[in-house]
Amino acid sequence: MTALPVSPWVWAPEIWWTLFVHFLALSPMAVGGAITLVPDMHRRLVAQEGLLDDADFTSSIALAQAAPGPNVLFVALMGWYSAGVGGAVSSMLGIMLPSTTLALAASRWVSTRRDWLSVQAFQAGLMPVTVGLLLATGWHLMPSATTQARGLLLSVAVALLVWRTRVRLIWLVAGGAVLGALGWV
Amino acid sequence: MPEVATADRPALARPGSLLELFLAFTSLALQGFGGVIAVAQRELCERRRWLDARDFVGLLGNAQVLPGPNVCNLSLMIGDRFFGWRGALVALAGMVVAPMVLLLMIAALVAHADQSPLGHHLVQGALSGITAVAAGQIVGTVLKLAAPLKEHVLGALPSTVLALLTLLMIAWLHWPLLWVLLGLGGLACVWSWRVLQRTQAPPP
Repeated sequence: MTALPVSPWVWAPEIWWTLFVHFLALSPMAVGGAITLVPDMHRRLVAQEGLLDDADFTSSIALAQAAPGPNVLFVALMGWYSAGVGGAVSSMLGIMLPSTTLALAASRWVSTRRDWLSVQAFQAGLMPVTVGLLLATGWHLMPSATTQARGLLLSVAVALLVWRTRVRLIWLVAGGAVLGALGWV
Repeated sequence: MPEVATADRPALARPGSLLELFLAFTSLALQGFGGVIAVAQRELCERRRWLDARDFVGLLGNAQVLPGPNVCNLSLMIGDRFFGWRGALVALAGMVVAPMVLLLMIAALVAHADQSPLGHHLVQGALSGITAVAAGQIVGTVLKLAAPLKEHVLGALPSTVLALLTLLMIAWLHWPLLWVLLGLGGLACVWSWRVLQRTQAPPP
């Protein structure tokens, strides 16, 4: 599936800068999360710069999806496959810097105007859309009923457990990993 | 964990220190497989009681329309709410630093394990099991978070229909997110505005 980068501690400031600039440019477009930028990332990093190959690009996303933490960390993995630890850090700084600054400024602007009708309407109007978007993310990750019926069964069971009980989520993940490794899912 | 109640929200708690904030976000990020939103809701709303479900969906809605990873925007806003910009940076660092170190180590291990056929088999199987669980976690969390829709200004049925329309447009029709946010989201905002205007300022 994947290979190690040349060396995790490779010294490559020029590649780090290239990664930083690309992710800096992508960041303000990441409405709905960094995952929506994947096609453009592929165009820039794989097709244009040739910094990593298709296999590494795809496994960056799959591994980050399966590992704990925010999904945006797939950006760190792309940087890591391209240019080691320095590449991971510079990529993360690039993707985070513009969006965090903007998010903080915008949320402060909104919170000082909580009593404005337009702000209340904005928040109320987005609430159902947010719920729908989350459902769509769950839908996207769901195993297909035709090829992975038992996987789908596992998903449905987990959904019911999370909804109706207070079982620790980490046990569900551990259970899923064991069932998957045994070939049951 | 000190649970200091505030005057205006007696039912809710707040983090006692920046360190507590950092550790809380590190801990929830490290438990969040296949996305952090499910764990964030569990930890912040139910276990620590720093936010209620309405706050959580509201902040998530703001985080969603702004560029940037949703959960990172969410951690910035929650940190900022309790400790200003320092809190925002500390919460974000908690969300990103430890998981990033762990992920790079996992990537190195997986690359080694993947060399042997048995290792490859086990790794790929475990990954697909975890993905199935992650999908279920998100759906279960949505079912919980949908509770505030019952008291929505547009009414329970219209707001549920809006949520399902969003699902339809994104999951089946594969419409670009930006269009859905601007189109359906804009429509929902204008509609809410008209309803709010009618209820808050009735004609004399």
